[in-house]
Amino acid sequence: MTALGDVRRRRIDELAARAGQVPEGEGGVSLTRSAVRRLRRDPVAIAGAVIVVVFLLVAALAPLLAPRDPVTQYLLSEIRPGSIPGPREGFPLGVDNLGRDLLSRLVYGSRQSLLIGFVSTVLGVVVGMALGVLAGGLGGWVDTVVMRFVDILLSIPGLLMAITVSVLLGQNQYALMIAIAVVQVPVFARLLRGSMLAQRGSDYALAARALGVRRGRIVFGHVLPNSLSPVIVQATLSLATAIIEAAALSFLGLGDPDISRPEWGAMLASAQDFLSIRPALAIWPAVCIIVVALGFTLLGERLREALDPKFRR
Amino acid sequence: MLRFTVRRLLQLVPILLGLSVLLFAWLRALPGGPAQAALGERATPEDIEQYNRLFGLDQPIWIQYLRFLQRAVTLDFGNSTQYGRPVTEVFFERFPGTIELTLAAMVFAIGVGIPLGYVAARRYGSALDSASVVGSLLGVAVPVFFLAYLLRLLFAVELGWLPGSGRQDVRIDATRITNFYVLDGLLTREWDAAWDALLHLVLPALALGTIPLAIIVRITRASVLDVVNEDYVRTANAKGLSAATVRRRHVVRNALLPVSTTIGLQTGLLLSGAVLTETVFAFGGVGLALRDAITYRDFAILQGFILLLAVVYVLVNLLVDISYGVLDPRVRVR
Amino acid sequence: MSIEALPPAAPDRSAVPVLEVEELTVTFTRRGERPTRAVDGVSFSVAAGETIGLVGESGCGKSVTSLAVMGLLPRRGVQVGGSVRFNGAELIGAPDRTLRELRGADMAMVFQDPLSSLNPTVPIGTQVTEVLVEHRDMSGKRAVAEAADLLDRVGIPDPTRRLKEYPHQLSGGMRQRALIAMALACSPRLLIADEPTTALDVTIQAQILELLRELVVDTGTALVMITHDLGVVAGLCDRVHVMYAGKVIETADRHELFARPRQPYTGGLLASVPRLDAGRGTPLTPIRGSARDAIPWAEGCAFAPRCDNAQDDCLTEVAGSTVPLEYDGPGRELRCRHPLTYPRQTPAGAPSSGSTDSGSTSSGSTASGAGR
Repeated sequence: MTALGDVRRRRIDELAARAGQVPEGEGGVSLTRSAVRRLRRDPVAIAGAVIVVVFLLVAALAPLLAPRDPVTQYLLSEIRPGSIPGPREGFPLGVDNLGRDLLSRLVYGSRQSLLIGFVSTVLGVVVGMALGVLAGGLGGWVDTVVMRFVDILLSIPGLLMAITVSVLLGQNQYALMIAIAVVQVPVFARLLRGSMLAQRGSDYALAARALGVRRGRIVFGHVLPNSLSPVIVQATLSLATAIIEAAALSFLGLGDPDISRPEWGAMLASAQDFLSIRPALAIWPAVCIIVVALGFTLLGERLREALDPKFRR
Repeated sequence: MLRFTVRRLLQLVPILLGLSVLLFAWLRALPGGPAQAALGERATPEDIEQYNRLFGLDQPIWIQYLRFLQRAVTLDFGNSTQYGRPVTEVFFERFPGTIELTLAAMVFAIGVGIPLGYVAARRYGSALDSASVVGSLLGVAVPVFFLAYLLRLLFAVELGWLPGSGRQDVRIDATRITNFYVLDGLLTREWDAAWDALLHLVLPALALGTIPLAIIVRITRASVLDVVNEDYVRTANAKGLSAATVRRRHVVRNALLPVSTTIGLQTGLLLSGAVLTETVFAFGGVGLALRDAITYRDFAILQGFILLLAVVYVLVNLLVDISYGVLDPRVRVR
Repeated sequence: MSIEALPPAAPDRSAVPVLEVEELTVTFTRRGERPTRAVDGVSFSVAAGETIGLVGESGCGKSVTSLAVMGLLPRRGVQVGGSVRFNGAELIGAPDRTLRELRGADMAMVFQDPLSSLNPTVPIGTQVTEVLVEHRDMSGKRAVAEAADLLDRVGIPDPTRRLKEYPHQLSGGMRQRALIAMALACSPRLLIADEPTTALDVTIQAQILELLRELVVDTGTALVMITHDLGVVAGLCDRVHVMYAGKVIETADRHELFARPRQPYTGGLLASVPRLDAGRGTPLTPIRGSARDAIPWAEGCAFAPRCDNAQDDCLTEVAGSTVPLEYDGPGRELRCRHPLTYPRQTPAGAPSSGSTDSGSTSSGSTASGAGR
């Protein structure tokens, strides 16, 4: 037990404890399957899913969809201090301060932004889960040590943590991903551990133990799979925060300096200086970030409700 | 209650120790190490060697750590390369601004968020309810610094209604006592200075408070929806209490428990957001100093500020924890 | 709990009823779903000093009935029809303020789960005194003194200390006593107790029931006891209304009901309770299926799918008309086409039909989910 944690920990643990309970009257259907069934009828979840799928498609098909090359500088002759060309024939959204086609950059930017979101979340989930399984599965002093470490990580506010890591690792896209992932690690570790503890104390785990099932088999065969739903929910929500966080780091000058890979966060950050001349340069990447983040958030929130027996009213 | 508090305070010790190890290791791991960090990027190898000898950096690592710890306990984090002054001095000069800003943001988020969340829940399914749900989802999705720029562009640059940069108009020659500008104005009875400082807080606080606002609305709403269906609210109604008593004593009191828990967590969000908001509004708090430290690679500032902010964060959460014990009698017995 | 009868608390039939419920209907409507009728034409009345029981399985509408009487159902998504008269005054459609003035003062309620029914963050004392402040214009020290007196009366030891404590610091029985103390604070003329002993240990159950019984005897309060526990009925109630799927299906005095249940459902309920006077090894005869297997009353008798006596005419009904609740001898009413019949002097609880084959009946009652 540590001081800080208490508040943050209690919240995470509450989420953990609630997940995985089998809702009344649905004994026969697996939780995941019944959740998917409910999600399919939920217009909000569908809206979230559609947003996410559309942007994934845009990212995958970027070379086909983008009208121009995202890094070539066009219309340079028309760019003067205080004037950046707006939409016109062949440049539906105009060009940025360096003459690059805004629409093409947005389309290509989806690749890098989603990639940063996915890689950093996956990284955070994997490391966090490893710690969580270690603590929740082994218990005892391992649990104490791991959880102390996690509490220390939790005691640094998110963005400050990302800044520290980013300064240490230098400016490149991997550093960016790792910096964002490090912020997620303690959350997932705590979440999974709490969820596993709740599951380990459950009657079915006790029953398995009484039947003489080995500990490893109980942990990996029963406890872990049943503990995953809060992790899945949190991971979906984290995709949204990761993309926003990447933008914040770019804004602070800790982004990926490679100009050959447009990224919404960096576009938004660099557009701030031209906000009063051409607000569209900032608004478009911001809209992309907001919409994608909203998509993941909607999906995550609805997933949480679908997996949470408490919401079954 | 006292024992509860003391126990919580003691639990801080390992966290703070761990933090110090982490940040100590961080500075060692930086390219060039602490000497480069302290002397700046133009330092010659001879300078570095001399510095290392001077500060015992040629000693075994654990002795170095103990020295670091010894100095950290006395809040000595060395000198800033940017300002050429002790890190702690810069911090305490700047921190009042950030406290003012985060407090203002929190007042906004709580003052608007709790009533809005309550009304949304009581009018479940109404247009207002739907709007608050959509708004709270959007609020979390908007990058803070973008919102800050928009607010500044609209209300400061275009409309000119509110000041858009700094903590106070530079033409005001205010007396400084505490470095809380609003408070200073009140203490010295320089009303115009206080009022001006307050106006300077409005836009940054709105920008910074938006995410906490969104979260508080959502949690209040969900919590009220939960509580009104509780058996004890039915009991209160069965006892024929007036609607106002039921609301105040039985619904709101319990509905605010989960909200109070999140307020501690919001501090982390606010301190993170302050770096971004202060940068946009050139608001002279620790956030802006951190941004400058990143730009100018002022590692002493980075290390010291982050450690100090983490301590603040931990302490605020401790306070929230203790107040939670006051609010919820069930926690006290544990 | 055995069905050992306590001396009857002689009901005064001639008195004007404190509560008269007539043709009460409660319909829940949810967006996108068919309306469900939870209570369907229920009528009963209680006189001062009388105790009636509303008996049935969970989901039969007995709790909804009590909430409708108290006006505690949510406004939205609920339609309440029929008539509820308290001391002759109509409560259905009465303004919220009128109801609030009555509740807690003239009519009070005790709920099933004493822990969740008490506010966890407010001391017991405040939860008692707030009733006194609201309805008896007491304040400060007087209210506290009266609250301590109330706790003492319901048998809570050291009441002054308990007043300062929070619900989680009290035992289950003590919590229920505290709830009863709150209900009694203004000496109500009507008390509705909704499964007040279900969440308690058996020994505590008996104490709470004894407390309620004393209350009726001492103050002449009309008591409506809602329960699924026939032991409670046997110990407390003068008259019993058995409910099934939102309707009353049998009404009788306690002794009559236990001696000669007429509705096969009532018979089934009695037969599924263990009895001390049955020989060892005598199997219990559970009612097969569960309350979920009910069919709509519009299509006949809702109990028919589970009934051993069911015949064709129980199901095939002219649409819209249903099995009526009819006179069935003095003080009795019955809703059944093929009731249990008794030759003269049959021992109680041994119906001559209905307990045919029990081998295949237990399938529905085993715990579900064991195979997961």
